Amino acid sequence: MSMINYASREINCKLVYYGPGLGGKTTNLEYVYNKVSPNSRGKLISLATETERTLFFDFLPVDLGTIRGFKTRFHLYTVPGQVYYNASRKLILKGVDGVVFVADSQIERMEANIESMQNLYDNMAQHGYNLTKVPFVVQYNKRDLPNAATIRELQAALNPGWPLDDPARQRLTPDPYHEGEYLIEQIDGQWVERAPYFEAVAPRGEGVFDTLKAVSKLVLKSLGST
Amino acid sequence: MAGASSWSFREEDSARIQAILNTFLRESNARTGLIVDRTGQMVAIVGEEPRFDPTAFASLTAADFSANDQLARMIGEPEFGALFHQGEKESMYLADIARRVILVVLFDNRTTLGLVKLRVRQTVGELNQVFTDMFNRGAAGANQVEAGFVGEAEDELDKLFGG
Repeated sequence: MSMINYASREINCKLVYYGPGLGGKTTNLEYVYNKVSPNSRGKLISLATETERTLFFDFLPVDLGTIRGFKTRFHLYTVPGQVYYNASRKLILKGVDGVVFVADSQIERMEANIESMQNLYDNMAQHGYNLTKVPFVVQYNKRDLPNAATIRELQAALNPGWPLDDPARQRLTPDPYHEGEYLIEQIDGQWVERAPYFEAVAPRGEGVFDTLKAVSKLVLKSLGST
Repeated sequence: MAGASSWSFREEDSARIQAILNTFLRESNARTGLIVDRTGQMVAIVGEEPRFDPTAFASLTAADFSANDQLARMIGEPEFGALFHQGEKESMYLADIARRVILVVLFDNRTTLGLVKLRVRQTVGELNQVFTDMFNRGAAGANQVEAGFVGEAEDELDKLFGG
């Protein structure tokens, strides 16, 4: 639910980083905070426990500048990943314009990833949003760890694709980020669509801006096609 | 906009809200009135310019109100229509408007909670009307950015996040 404020000439879009606990959502935001020029971002607010686990959310506003007379800003939020904070997670999704799912690539965390993805889908549905219809990208974080699952395994478990029934969109669509792969394709006679995905090592910033840029562009595109 | 309901905020809406809040501030002797949308975005600031970061303030206000909403449900109330946070010198009073936005009143010891509460009731009623009108008007077509916006915004993204 992006809000266009014609009085103050502002457009604000809300992006939410979702995913299992200790997957690197906060690290993504911290990297963005440290790398973006201070003129283009606000304060990073973290509602965290004493052990630096996210309790309610982290929040970082990033300014895109004034475009066609409108001050355009992205509000980046993370949710607490730990299972028992579901009530808070659901609140943060209110009015979301775009979602980044930060998966933990470690093979041991596969189940936590799947559970969190299902939880995201359910919480979106409870707000009346359909995850397959909002700007959505998946980030496979911690690619540098020796126990990381393969991308193929992660894609099969977390981003296998959802049925695409709109005939107007049923055409082979290459994944612009991965050569030889497709975002929309026909599998066994059924058209499926997947979310774009990115590999990341968040503490080093690898993949962090690629992910953010991709979801931001999808959100902007949705603004243009209301 | 896919999945979510959008709304837009026009000049004339802003003027109506300014007028209502200016009257309220004068009558209650409060310092600042802010309107924050429930998703955490600042909609309007009237009165004394606050010294804090309004963007951060808005996101925390929305979170505060939403968390209290859930607490209300847990104790069997449909909602808390209003919240009050008391400080030594500065205090804030928050009230729900049309279930979609929050009125935040900042005040200090130049006035009292009693006077703020007394005056805020009528203000909430008037603001409810304004926002209900706005939401009923719907976002049909109104929330679309002009042609060329998306392209220019994408260029800015590339500049900011690296092409």
